[in-house]
Amino acid sequence: MLFNESVIIALKALYSNKLRSILTMLGIIIGVGAVIAMVSIGMGVRKKVQDSISSLGSNMLIVQAGAPRVNGVRQAAGSGENLKLDDSDAIKKKIKNIDYVAPSVQKAYQVVNGNQNWNTTVYGITYEYMSIRSLTVNSGSFISDNDINTRTRVAVIGATVASNLFGSTNPVGKNIRINNDPYKIIGVLDNKGQSAMGQDQDDCVLIPITTAMERLMALTSIRTINVQVSSADKIDQVQAEIETLLRQRHRIKNPADDDFQVNNLTSIMETMTSTTTMITLLLGSIAAISLVVGGIGIMNIMMVSVTERTREIGIRKALGATFNNIMMQFLIESIVVSVLGGLVGIIIGCASAMAIAQFGGFNTVITLEPILLSFFFSVGIGLFFGIYPARKAAKLDPIEALRYE
Amino acid sequence: MTIRLEGIKKIYQIGTQEVAALNGINLNIKKGEFAALMGPSGSGKSTLMNILGCLDRPTVGSYKLDGKEVAHLSDDDLAKTRNKKIGFVFQNFNLLSRISALDNVALPLVYAGIGRKERMERAYHYLKAVGLDTRADHQPNELSGGQRQRVAIARALVNDPSIIMADEPTGNLDTKSTKEIMNIFIDLHEQGKTIILVTHEPEIATCASRQLLVRDGVITRDAGKGEKMDVV
Repeated sequence: MLFNESVIIALKALYSNKLRSILTMLGIIIGVGAVIAMVSIGMGVRKKVQDSISSLGSNMLIVQAGAPRVNGVRQAAGSGENLKLDDSDAIKKKIKNIDYVAPSVQKAYQVVNGNQNWNTTVYGITYEYMSIRSLTVNSGSFISDNDINTRTRVAVIGATVASNLFGSTNPVGKNIRINNDPYKIIGVLDNKGQSAMGQDQDDCVLIPITTAMERLMALTSIRTINVQVSSADKIDQVQAEIETLLRQRHRIKNPADDDFQVNNLTSIMETMTSTTTMITLLLGSIAAISLVVGGIGIMNIMMVSVTERTREIGIRKALGATFNNIMMQFLIESIVVSVLGGLVGIIIGCASAMAIAQFGGFNTVITLEPILLSFFFSVGIGLFFGIYPARKAAKLDPIEALRYE
Repeated sequence: MTIRLEGIKKIYQIGTQEVAALNGINLNIKKGEFAALMGPSGSGKSTLMNILGCLDRPTVGSYKLDGKEVAHLSDDDLAKTRNKKIGFVFQNFNLLSRISALDNVALPLVYAGIGRKERMERAYHYLKAVGLDTRADHQPNELSGGQRQRVAIARALVNDPSIIMADEPTGNLDTKSTKEIMNIFIDLHEQGKTIILVTHEPEIATCASRQLLVRDGVITRDAGKGEKMDVV
């Protein structure tokens, strides 16, 4: 018997029992639809988590000047003088998969406004520092490339510094004195609060790195280069490239002699990886459960259908249907149910994911993988749960089946 | 010789006891014969009919259908034999209720692997032969008992089988329909078809050219047309 004959017989049988067929399909529709909707919500959550973790700096590499050895005594990390601004430029130019490179120097100073004074850390930075630390300016503007080129004495101050030196008045346009030199305040940062380590992130003064190195701190070297890598999976590669590049530039042959160190935020990365894996696992199990329940629904109905149609099976067998003919007929029936259910489920799943995004205020991300996966899974379920009832039908004895009332 | 049975026995195991439903049947049926198979219930008549119809296998013995041994074929080979060589007419019609009369007639051809177009042509031809071409699109439940049985006869004929097995074909019919159906069988016999008719009604059996009486698993009488047999 031809394959498409079996399909026609199956479709006719399903059509002649419309309500039952639809109810059976409903199990698969809900299963597939739920999987797609859930996974799209999960993907949305995952993306949101990823975004917020990467705003903490998960994709960040920190290049620090090394700790030199002076008469056998190791100095503090970052106190080496071999890391130059040129190194930062070289990293920016030569290494791919990098979003931002932000060199910086820092030192503690007493900052003075009139009769008010405050001890804080002064950072010499470039424009990229704002992006890399996710800083936003509350009022005024941020340090521009022009400020860096012309080594102007301008400063952007954190909220803590502003309130301690200026109280409630707006400090933008006013001057502060650092190391007795006047600096014009061009902007105040938004409140960022405490860092995870308990450090007040608003207690800072930012000035152009060139101004800091040449006019304030009298440095020829920089202390830190923050590098933001474009994606988390490129971190190791970029780290290796930076190390090779800096060794080349500093003429270092043996990695043990490095006069710099490159650190990454592995612990945050690991947290992120395990979090997203957990989300995926959770969704995977929901997918499995709901689809298996749908599949059992198919099996249940197919069992009933086989019993109910015992006589039909007997007639078909008497007229010459073989084991395979009957097997095929019932198997195709259950596959058709699951395929149709799967297709409708995909439509409903995508629609509800969009509706959730629209009205639920949730980010949803619809991807192809869960759609294909749940579809083929539902077809597989139709096949798997169809086999037992179909075998049962195909094995019926025609004499018994014909006698069945 | 269309049918040749030799030493057919069918033994059922009931608990520890063996019960012989058929106890050594020897029977030859020639091509074109119209044989009525009679016997009281429990005589083994149905078992013999099942074996003749290739629905069942004998425990021992030989069954040659058109010269080919079919007594111990596999299930699938039996199914194929039924499809090609045997046309069934049942007491309760056994039509599929959800498909049209035409599709019912064409059903054996589906399993014979014949294309849709030819199926429909052949089915229509046989439906016309039993006078139901105007009812081709009707479902069985829209037809009378006599009409249903005629659809079933068309279905039995559609694959041009070697024998037609009719199991109490008039058992569920009124007198008028019974007459119609029996006339069709008589016509078929005149056309040279081999027919085996199972019945317990002596009047029906008289239509046949040969009457066989089964009792206690053996054929006790084998008579020609016209002789009335006492079933009980």
